[in-house]
Amino acid sequence: MRLLTHNMLSSNIKGVTNGFPLRIEVEKVVEKQVDFNPNFLKNMFSKIDYKALLEASRIMGYAELPDHADPSSLESDDFLRRFHHALLQLHLEEGSLVCPETGRKFPVNKGIPNMLLHEDEV
Amino acid sequence: MTSRPELQAPPEVFYNDEEARKYTSSSRIIDIQAQLSQRALELLALPDDGVPKLLLDIGCGSGLSGETLTENGHQWIGWDISPSMLNVALEREAGGDLVLGDMGQGLGVRPGVIDGAISISAVQWLCNADKSCHEPRKRLKAFFESLYRCLARGARAVFQVYPENLAQRELILGYAMRSGFAGGVVVDFPHSTKRRKEYLVLTCGPPSLSSATPKAEGEDEESCSDEGSEDEENQTVSISDRHRPRKKQKLNKKVKGREWVLRKKEQKRRKGNAVPLDTKYTARKRKARF
Repeated sequence: MRLLTHNMLSSNIKGVTNGFPLRIEVEKVVEKQVDFNPNFLKNMFSKIDYKALLEASRIMGYAELPDHADPSSLESDDFLRRFHHALLQLHLEEGSLVCPETGRKFPVNKGIPNMLLHEDEV
Repeated sequence: MTSRPELQAPPEVFYNDEEARKYTSSSRIIDIQAQLSQRALELLALPDDGVPKLLLDIGCGSGLSGETLTENGHQWIGWDISPSMLNVALEREAGGDLVLGDMGQGLGVRPGVIDGAISISAVQWLCNADKSCHEPRKRLKAFFESLYRCLARGARAVFQVYPENLAQRELILGYAMRSGFAGGVVVDFPHSTKRRKEYLVLTCGPPSLSSATPKAEGEDEESCSDEGSEDEENQTVSISDRHRPRKKQKLNKKVKGREWVLRKKEQKRRKGNAVPLDTKYTARKRKARF
């Protein structure tokens, strides 16, 4: 699972008002090479919750992202490269996602988060 | 009449390891899925500016439909309930991220971030109640509402569906409309039984010129089957492979067990009937010679 997906997912357990961002518990991280596409990154930047991405990338062991970013930083190629790496190349292979309100764990196996809810959580 | 996979078992049970592999190793199904997803992508009418979009593939299965999205340069997140199918998708290196989830429980996605959604032959599964806690109407409602939330304004969702009957189509469409979507059904090749394909084209936001339902393919052809008979040989989209009753599958006859017999005997006893005693032989199967 890439951090792009992590940035989109939120917990939708019944009664949870703010299920975002899911906390990451890391067991294994892998990096995969992905083609660099500045257009996509620029398009995505407005949709990404940067704070959540920053935190998630730190937890995954990538500390190169700057603390603050705004649309003007998209001009810099250096920033785009780092943004690209954090967003698309870091994969959470094994671990779990934790709902920030209830503490419910969603396990991640082989890079696939299991977001199935129990009957009483729907 | 071949039976539909929806009627055989819940999706996470029906698409087990064996079925998932079979499904994905059939070159015909791969072709069909690619065509369906290509057409769905066309109906999605994404702006042609060369910028890759973030799409959702709901019921992505083994990632056959996602491959089309990847080929067109888009990033996607696949959603499916069958772990076996997702495992096959991993092996095939489908190119998108996969999430194991039940669309009937609602999609846990942040609001307004997704540029479009497609779903190939999946939404009709929502009309089934596979567990006692399932209620199709609630599940459809949860699905469409969460989808509406997570789509960006003006984004489209295209679902290729095989509704079982008119009522089912109305039900699906009705819940989509109630969640706020505008749009309708596009039927490709309406005159042909085999090539007929239905797409639900939904637009997020109030109805406008841009949300008008696109035109269907092959609508004006008078005799579809005659003209495209050779084509049809290669292109038919009937998924009878999936429907073919599996020989090994045992018919699940309702076998009434020992508990049932004991309960019934108890009932009779309470009524005052003469009932034989309960022994170790009660409700045992007879030997074959009888």
